[in-house]
Amino acid sequence: MSLVIKGSTKEWEVVIGLEVHAQITSKSKLFSGASVNFGADPNSQVSFIDAGMPGMLPVINRVCVEQAIKTGLGLKAKINLKSVFARKNYFYADLPQGYQISQYELPIVGEGVIELDMSDGQTRSIGIERLHLEQDAGKSIHDLHPEKSFIDLNRSGIALMEIVSKPDMRSPEEVGAYLRKLRSILRYLGTCDGNMDEGSMRCDANVSVRPVGSEELRTRCEIKNVNSVKFVMQAIEYEAKRQVDIYETNGEVLQETRLFDQSKVETRPMRSKEFAHDYRYFPDPDLLPLELDQKYVDKIKQNLPELPDEKKSRFISEYNLAEYDAGVLVSENAVADYFEIVTKGRDPKISANWVITNLFSVLNKKGLSIKESPVSALNLGQLIGLIEKNIISGRIAKDVFEIMVEEQKSPEAIVEEKGLRQISDTGSIEAAVEDVISENPDKVKEYKGGKTKLIGWFVGQVMKKTKGKANPGLVNKVLSEKL
Amino acid sequence: MMSELTRLTISKISKGLKEKKFSSFELVSEYLNEIDKQKELNSFITILEKSALESAKVSDKKIGNGQSGPLEGIPIGVKDLFCTEGIRTTAASNILNNFIPTYESSVTSKLKDAGAIFIGKTNLDEFAMGSSNETSFFGSAVNPWKLNNSDKPLVPGGSSGGSAVAVSANLCTASIGTDTGGSIRQPAAFCGIVGMKPTYGRCSRWGIVAFASSLDQAGPMTRSVEDSAFLLSIISGYDPKDSTSANIEVPDFKSLASSTAKGLRVGIPKEYFSDELDSEVLNLWEKGKEWLKDSGIEIVEISLPHTKYALPAYYIIAPAEASSNLSRYDGARFGLRVDGNSLDEMYSNTRSEGFGKEVKRRIFLGTYALSAGYYDAYYLKAQKVRQLIYNDFLDSFKNVDLILTPTTPGTAFPLGDKISDPISMYLNDIFTVPASLAGLPAISVPCGLHSNGLPLGLQLIGRRWDEGTVFNCANILENSSSFNKNLEL
Repeated sequence: MSLVIKGSTKEWEVVIGLEVHAQITSKSKLFSGASVNFGADPNSQVSFIDAGMPGMLPVINRVCVEQAIKTGLGLKAKINLKSVFARKNYFYADLPQGYQISQYELPIVGEGVIELDMSDGQTRSIGIERLHLEQDAGKSIHDLHPEKSFIDLNRSGIALMEIVSKPDMRSPEEVGAYLRKLRSILRYLGTCDGNMDEGSMRCDANVSVRPVGSEELRTRCEIKNVNSVKFVMQAIEYEAKRQVDIYETNGEVLQETRLFDQSKVETRPMRSKEFAHDYRYFPDPDLLPLELDQKYVDKIKQNLPELPDEKKSRFISEYNLAEYDAGVLVSENAVADYFEIVTKGRDPKISANWVITNLFSVLNKKGLSIKESPVSALNLGQLIGLIEKNIISGRIAKDVFEIMVEEQKSPEAIVEEKGLRQISDTGSIEAAVEDVISENPDKVKEYKGGKTKLIGWFVGQVMKKTKGKANPGLVNKVLSEKL
Repeated sequence: MMSELTRLTISKISKGLKEKKFSSFELVSEYLNEIDKQKELNSFITILEKSALESAKVSDKKIGNGQSGPLEGIPIGVKDLFCTEGIRTTAASNILNNFIPTYESSVTSKLKDAGAIFIGKTNLDEFAMGSSNETSFFGSAVNPWKLNNSDKPLVPGGSSGGSAVAVSANLCTASIGTDTGGSIRQPAAFCGIVGMKPTYGRCSRWGIVAFASSLDQAGPMTRSVEDSAFLLSIISGYDPKDSTSANIEVPDFKSLASSTAKGLRVGIPKEYFSDELDSEVLNLWEKGKEWLKDSGIEIVEISLPHTKYALPAYYIIAPAEASSNLSRYDGARFGLRVDGNSLDEMYSNTRSEGFGKEVKRRIFLGTYALSAGYYDAYYLKAQKVRQLIYNDFLDSFKNVDLILTPTTPGTAFPLGDKISDPISMYLNDIFTVPASLAGLPAISVPCGLHSNGLPLGLQLIGRRWDEGTVFNCANILENSSSFNKNLEL
């Protein structure tokens, strides 16, 4: 699924690597006890450490380390038993210490891989270069006052995982699939909530182009901090074309950092001053190297939840689902859990169909997540059970489902209340059939004269008489006999 | 009686307070008098007259009720590098001239909990960068000692110069300093008192304004070895707020100090001899060996082959760490701010005006050493040297229990003599820096007077966590040299 851009001289492909900053789900910051809740009043969640006060010292948060290890294991990556925190030095008003504590030469997680299912049925493996722990900076707000900038340090010191991919992606679609898959893994693991709009997952993209067939890596541009999957894809598409145009006109692509303007759908260079840093990395002398015990890592591994790839395989083998359906159902842990409750003791294909078709269309229409679903998994399962037990027909079930969406009642209660129970005793069906036959002698004549297609019309009449509750199979059987 | 009070050791004062021979209030008043009389020594940046007297009253009550802590009612001078809650903490820098912390450092918290009274914040070199106390924004503290034939004011050494002066001039019973490359031991030697730098990780660094994080250690500055051991037991201990503090038991150093030293082996590193060494320093070193031998200690020549690289390595590592540690002084949140037309201009104005010359020099040095393209040649190489120096000590400690050296190559020098020549200033630390780089405990004990009338110290370096043996031998030096015979009061 490479994106091939046709230039006037040759065809070009795009080469993309991503750096994703994922905020670790934790109660407190990476090196301080301050809270990390989103949306608190400015500067209300700041410890002396986060504010860079004299004499303050960082102490590593054990939970954040565990979350990084979990994530590493979820990315099938190597966990480094020894890693080192380093200081990245630069001056900025929202960086109180004058340096960011990060990991440089020895990150906590080494090489791993993410498998992507593309929409054309192909799979792609995208390499992970590394994952390292680092603290976030504060937030600068420049648009509240004509001359002044405001600084909010609530974010200062919050734990981030920087997840760096190899330059393995070849199209905006692959980038979209990568981000969605990564987000899914992080959410399964509970290590990051993956909300790009709240900034808890942010993405920088390194983009370059090269002639199709070439293996070279040309000069790349880094597109910074794009805050939705859609915008990342748009930014890459624009940037690739921009670079191709430059090469096609014998120009030279400059290595630079660029910002995506979502209103104009274009990238433009940041002022060079903003990134011309010599960060003077060196090991942070306030922190000892982080040394992990293999047993500790193994224990985390043992307690790892089932991840999307494994769950998908299981859904295919255990429930006999189609690859596509299984993929859709495992994309979110909550959806997969929902499905497994629905299908317990019921036909998996019918269950999958109800979740993917009927439930998703309601959720989409109402803009709700699976967790906010007005129909509980137990109730949806019960509804399918009613169909399977011939208590209601599939058609009636759709009506019942609509009532469930509006009234949040159990399907059984609705069926009882509205008297929707399917008529399966032959006696009452026979009676209805006889009524229809006696009321429509002309049609009977036509039918007997060879117009057997009329059977459908007779079924319809019987159903009408029984208010749709007659068992359609039985109606057919009785009609054929009586006619 | 009253004038003699100020010259007593901690143990004698404790005894006197308990026996109600005098009150803490009287003691504090006496010290405040002395401080006032000897203002020209400039040993304090902030004198805590009011709060010290208040605290003394509280201590006297506690002593009366039999609820006293181990340092109850004892006036201590605190180097103005320790953050003290509600008390201005300057690091002797213009940039923190107006800084009042809302938190108390771990070491000073322990002192407070033990009943100590803070009589003032003592003078130091700016951000502890200096060996003479002359880089202080508040002017240099002055050594109470004088040359035989001259009235010239002399440096007290640095960086804990004010702390050394305060003890030496009887302005407090003991003081707390910090040592990065010799900042406790060198001024202790220059002022004729005992200065102990414990093993790196023994005392918490939490709340100490950082100079070089991998080297900084707090330690006691006292009149006697016994006081040093006692005070160290109080300020030591694991602190979960400092990742580099060690979770290791704190022994009763005072009882270890007085145990028998017979059978110990003390090493004399041949690399510490040099032609430039003052002959009287050499003589004192010889005397030290004899005193130890007389106590049944074996003297062994040892080799620390990488010693000559210690000072250059130190002057890469310490400034590198400092250049990063001092980045937070940017005018944005606390301390001095000098406005500008842009953020960069504010940084530049604030730091230009806020930092003194020596601090700027070290920020430049450190920034350079960490820069892209120079990192491997300077910082990384210096770290390798540091490891080699540590290995030298490790090898030596297979054969000996302690190492004996002079503390300084010479005696205190006149104010202004070396301030314009940084290299000759840095050479003051040549004997103290190796133990700092290796994180080892080391003490300076005043052992004699130079013919010029000024005190000289000898240094004992011990194994990691073995301060007990260091104190043990220090006791022998103290007793044999009879430098401190005036303590017999």
